[in-house]
Amino acid sequence: MSTIATEKPLTTDITAWIESNLSTTGLVQDLRKEGLSYFQQLGIPANKAEEYKFTPIARLLEKNFNFSTRNAEAKSIDINHYAIPGLDANVLVFVNGVYAAQYSKIISPATEVTILPLREAIDTKKDLILVHLGKHADHKADALTAWNTASWSDGVFIHVGKNTIVEKPIVLYHIHDVREGQTITHHRNLFIVEQSAEVTVIEKFDSEGTGNGFSNVVTEGVVAENAGLNLYEIQNDGGARYHYNHIHMTQANASRVNTFTFSLDGKLIRNNLQLCLDGEGIESHMYGLYALTGDTLADNHTVVDHRKPNSFSNELYKGILDGQSKGVFNGKIFVRPNAQKTNAFQANRNILLTDKATVNTKPQLEIWADDVKCSHGCTTGQLDEEAVFYLQARGISKETARAMMLYAFAGEVLDAIKHPVIKEYIDTIISERLHKNF
Amino acid sequence: MLSIKNLQAKIADNQILKGINLEVKAGEVHAIMGPNGSGKSTLASVLAGREEFEVTGGEVDFLGKDLLELSPEDRAREGIFLAFQYPVEIPGVSTINFMKTALNQVREHRGQPTLDAVSFLSLMREKMKLVEIDQSLLNRALNEGFSGGEKKRNEIFQMAMLEPKLAILDETDSGLDIDALRIVANGVNKLRSKNNATIVVTHYQRLLDYIVPDFVHVLYKGKIVKSGTKELALELEAKGYDWIKEQVEVA
Repeated sequence: MSTIATEKPLTTDITAWIESNLSTTGLVQDLRKEGLSYFQQLGIPANKAEEYKFTPIARLLEKNFNFSTRNAEAKSIDINHYAIPGLDANVLVFVNGVYAAQYSKIISPATEVTILPLREAIDTKKDLILVHLGKHADHKADALTAWNTASWSDGVFIHVGKNTIVEKPIVLYHIHDVREGQTITHHRNLFIVEQSAEVTVIEKFDSEGTGNGFSNVVTEGVVAENAGLNLYEIQNDGGARYHYNHIHMTQANASRVNTFTFSLDGKLIRNNLQLCLDGEGIESHMYGLYALTGDTLADNHTVVDHRKPNSFSNELYKGILDGQSKGVFNGKIFVRPNAQKTNAFQANRNILLTDKATVNTKPQLEIWADDVKCSHGCTTGQLDEEAVFYLQARGISKETARAMMLYAFAGEVLDAIKHPVIKEYIDTIISERLHKNF
Repeated sequence: MLSIKNLQAKIADNQILKGINLEVKAGEVHAIMGPNGSGKSTLASVLAGREEFEVTGGEVDFLGKDLLELSPEDRAREGIFLAFQYPVEIPGVSTINFMKTALNQVREHRGQPTLDAVSFLSLMREKMKLVEIDQSLLNRALNEGFSGGEKKRNEIFQMAMLEPKLAILDETDSGLDIDALRIVANGVNKLRSKNNATIVVTHYQRLLDYIVPDFVHVLYKGKIVKSGTKELALELEAKGYDWIKEQVEVA
């Protein structure tokens, strides 16, 4: 019972924090209250909770954050410092959870896509908000998502109309200015991609200063019939960053979703990625790469829920763990009774570079249909020293040889990136990191 | 060029080399033969700097430098080339990219300018012809899914690219059919000059029909127990190794 005892005071502290920050006006106040009430019911997951077994989020929040102070004041920032070079894109910047119009620019025509801060969309896009907000990401199942539902300060609303291809990607820069102290931010995204439409969204996380920053980002939405969504998460912030990221997309017939999650730095990263394949002929790809040093902990919990027949999902997560970093991978695949002819594949591969680095990996397949093709595999090993020696024996320095090997290992994920500028950027940060830090 | 004096090495608690002496001069080809487990491949590995082996005594001078003091990559840069008995498959690393990285690190060490993409590719084409290796093979990941013969040809291709002063061929002939063996041997012969030297480690005399040695040494129980000319190899082929073993035991 001691586990409950440790979570309870924290839940009480956070409840007080939520209540003091709770917005009691606007369209979604009932939803916020519901979020609060579920947060209280569920409570911050205790350190022994099954879904957080290897990720002591309660302990880390308790130890590093004060829930009775307000966010530190943000100063001016240089957005170019964080921008992806050469990427011609729509840009939305959030500093300490607040939309920063002065750094943002929307370049896609309004005929192609509606991109709004969520606060604004609440007023102008009521119908869509009421249909979708809080309807995909399940705040009844996870306390952190419930907390976000009660406390989000802003976010991004994207609506792509029927038969529209959004040519320019949409980039969300989340910047945490912790020079003056801690920040706790809650950010909520809603993406609606209508029939036969297509869009690419990138989220990137950065911080300025050495204070602690906790961000809770929930993204939900729907990818309608024959539509496509490419979603990139770039988590490469070396600050004292604690990051909870929950994504839940519902897919209709013949839709395509490709997700790429790059977890490279920070203190704690928890990704909950859920794709609900609620249609036939769907194709979903989930790619992940975590390359960790120091004491970074990156936890990827993914769910692929096959609800109808004839869909395809493929998941590939790779990890490189150095120092005393920790990796967690939990991949759930559900194949519902009528989801016949499902093809679902999952792989998690890890390289541990030290004795102190650890990875906990758990595939979890629950299959109720009988005519399906499903496979999963996980491997954890060390860098092939014989291969390193082979490269050295050709005159390549040991450092370069190791970096080449690690880069090659990561390559399978990097090769899947289609957008050339995004690919080059991610290639560069991964390659730099592997050369410098590993 | 290479002077090995009383070289001793072990792996774990197993003493494998028990005092090797060998002098190799520029322009020479030395064959090292011997029964399985005599220490042939260990000698090749120790010269290339494989870390699993611990050198417990002796010295190795290579062109005036203490070879044992150098890292594996510095040995390669100074001009040692080990053709592996079992070339390693490295998925995800393209052969071309690997070769370019290697060549440029070697060139940098030798004070030569690094090659740009164009001059690298033209050099590569020239050397490809020499060892009869196909471009399509080099477009693939390093050795991944290569046949035994393709791997060995790739070794000789790398050797042609890096232009070593001392090439050590570790059982390069094992597992090759006669056509592959001829191609590999031809490549090696074309690369021979009065300025470089070759050590051919082999279990079988057959290779020495194609790469004709100036000297043949027999390694047994971690020591060179007999040295001679190419006729010694023929004698070994005819009589096997037992008479050598007997001579050693009697002595």
